[in-house]
Amino acid sequence: MKKELIRLTDIVMSYDGEEVLKSVNLAVHDKEFVTLLGPSGCGKTTTLRIIGGFETPDKGDVYFEGQRINDVPAYKRKVNTVFQRYALFPHLNVFENVAFGLRLQKLPEQEIRTRVMEMLELVNLRGFERRTSTTLSGGQQQRVAIARALVCRPRLLLLDEPLGALDLRLRKDMQAELKRIQQQLEITFVYVTHDQEEALAMSDRVVVMDKGVIQQIGTPEDIYNEPENAFVADFIGESNIIDGVMIDDYVVEFCGRRFQCVDKGFGRNTPVDVVIRPEDIDIIPYESGHIKGTVVSATFKGVHYEFIIDVDGFKWLIQSTDYQSVGSAVAFVINPEDIHIMKKSEYSGVFGDYSSFSDEYDEDGRAAEEDHED
Amino acid sequence: MKTKLFAAPYIVWMAIFILVPLGACAYYAFTDPNTGSFTFANIKAIETYLPTFIDSLWLAAIAAAICLVLAYPVAYTIAQARPSRQRVLMLLVMLPMCMSFLLRTLALVAIMEDTGIINQLLSKIGLGPVTLMRTPAAVVFGMVYNYLPYMIMPLYSVMVKINPSVIEAAQDLGCSSVKVLTRVMLPLSLPGIVSGITMVFVPAVSTFYISKKLGGTGTAMIGDIIESQFKSTYNLNVGAAMSLVLMILIFICMGIMNKFTDSDDVSLY
Repeated sequence: MKKELIRLTDIVMSYDGEEVLKSVNLAVHDKEFVTLLGPSGCGKTTTLRIIGGFETPDKGDVYFEGQRINDVPAYKRKVNTVFQRYALFPHLNVFENVAFGLRLQKLPEQEIRTRVMEMLELVNLRGFERRTSTTLSGGQQQRVAIARALVCRPRLLLLDEPLGALDLRLRKDMQAELKRIQQQLEITFVYVTHDQEEALAMSDRVVVMDKGVIQQIGTPEDIYNEPENAFVADFIGESNIIDGVMIDDYVVEFCGRRFQCVDKGFGRNTPVDVVIRPEDIDIIPYESGHIKGTVVSATFKGVHYEFIIDVDGFKWLIQSTDYQSVGSAVAFVINPEDIHIMKKSEYSGVFGDYSSFSDEYDEDGRAAEEDHED
Repeated sequence: MKTKLFAAPYIVWMAIFILVPLGACAYYAFTDPNTGSFTFANIKAIETYLPTFIDSLWLAAIAAAICLVLAYPVAYTIAQARPSRQRVLMLLVMLPMCMSFLLRTLALVAIMEDTGIINQLLSKIGLGPVTLMRTPAAVVFGMVYNYLPYMIMPLYSVMVKINPSVIEAAQDLGCSSVKVLTRVMLPLSLPGIVSGITMVFVPAVSTFYISKKLGGTGTAMIGDIIESQFKSTYNLNVGAAMSLVLMILIFICMGIMNKFTDSDDVSLY
């Protein structure tokens, strides 16, 4: 068992009477990469700011290596932060930005020089020392911000959507770079993002949040393959979520059929949510399929096609490399290992039907916009 | 072409009301009142008023410094407030400016004079009367009172643009509140400090009404002397020479102030 670095217990936080965190409990281990993932307004940034010392929770405690640090101000915490909009000091050049924390510690000039240059090397910014921060590109500014935080050798680095403002290509590069830095320096990272792909690609553990509540904590594989409720299933990747009834262990009924599955322990005849990932569904010749429907739309996505298939009014999302024309009747088969069963939750019936497919994209767009504003 | 055309009225305005008077000023400054020939005599005549020049610069500098110290926390507080409250507070700051400068100074006289409101109160409780007027301090007080909004405004407009997460970043890296002020807030608000000082110092140096009403005979400012040159002694040429010298002094002061911002690569935007 790894050593515990940060523990949040029963954290409650509200702004202007609105509860943004409702009893959050979370433990982060030493040298771990933990991601707080969720849509805008889910409380992930607030959680991060509580760890950083920029917010004081209304209720609950924050522990750092077992010591309660609720009353320790931000500047005394052994934690450093990479802010969403970099927050570089515009009046200082790159070198002085990175050296800022070390100068406050009144280290000897020689040591400051060595450590700053070491950090600039690490983030591939050697030669940029004399540049003013405002003349750098977004990616470069981000790397300065990372170097500035890391040069203080924090035990814990907090990152608040650090790649949110970068374009896709740069983001992928920076994801790999951040992961490399984290492993090289063996520092604990707590990372906030609303990008599920980013979360899955980088994290040791992912904390999925919504409405101020932690929905699920687990490894990326757990979160993807074994989502705990409809929210998690929908937020992490695409999911078809169908009302079903657990007839017995290993047997579930949905779409008017009984299927073999690999889940058990829900009790007999219990209503459940059934998750089937669009890439797990195989389109097969019409006659031999389990479920039959009509293609409503077909979109070419490069690697595969994305079909929306109407089955008695419920719209399924299916990804397949074989083209089916719109309007054609198709059938598909679902294998037992591709069926995941979840308990009913407040999110049941909210997600997982692709009738309103475009709406969901809208919401993503809106989330990105809101982040852009702050 | 079109954009130039729009500026035409302003250019005409500038020509008539700025360039022509400046030219006239320069002409009078260097000509003999009787013969109209070129002379340095007017400039030389200023020598007698050198102490007044120094006093004026000194008092204006003190007033600007006091304004800065008073305005900085005010501007910071306003910039930290919620946007709706910021608007109200800025309105309150600017409200006195809606009233005539002369009226405000006269009101100060009514408050501070020997039989004024303050002294009446002090006499009632047996502490007064106290001489509040006819001192350099009274002049500085009048200048601070009149020019404070001109310091608050540029400070506020710079501070409100400082990204709050820059402050948080400083705290994150180990800055206590004092260090945040000295290492981040002050350098970042420097452009506001410079323009605030300019906006207070320049009119304060050349002010004549405040010192006339609040100051004693010993505290005449350069503005008063210039005024009297034109209005009571009718020595236009010396008055013009003094105006010119004052202007050059102000330019030098502004040049020195601007050095602070130029050399530091402060780019906020």
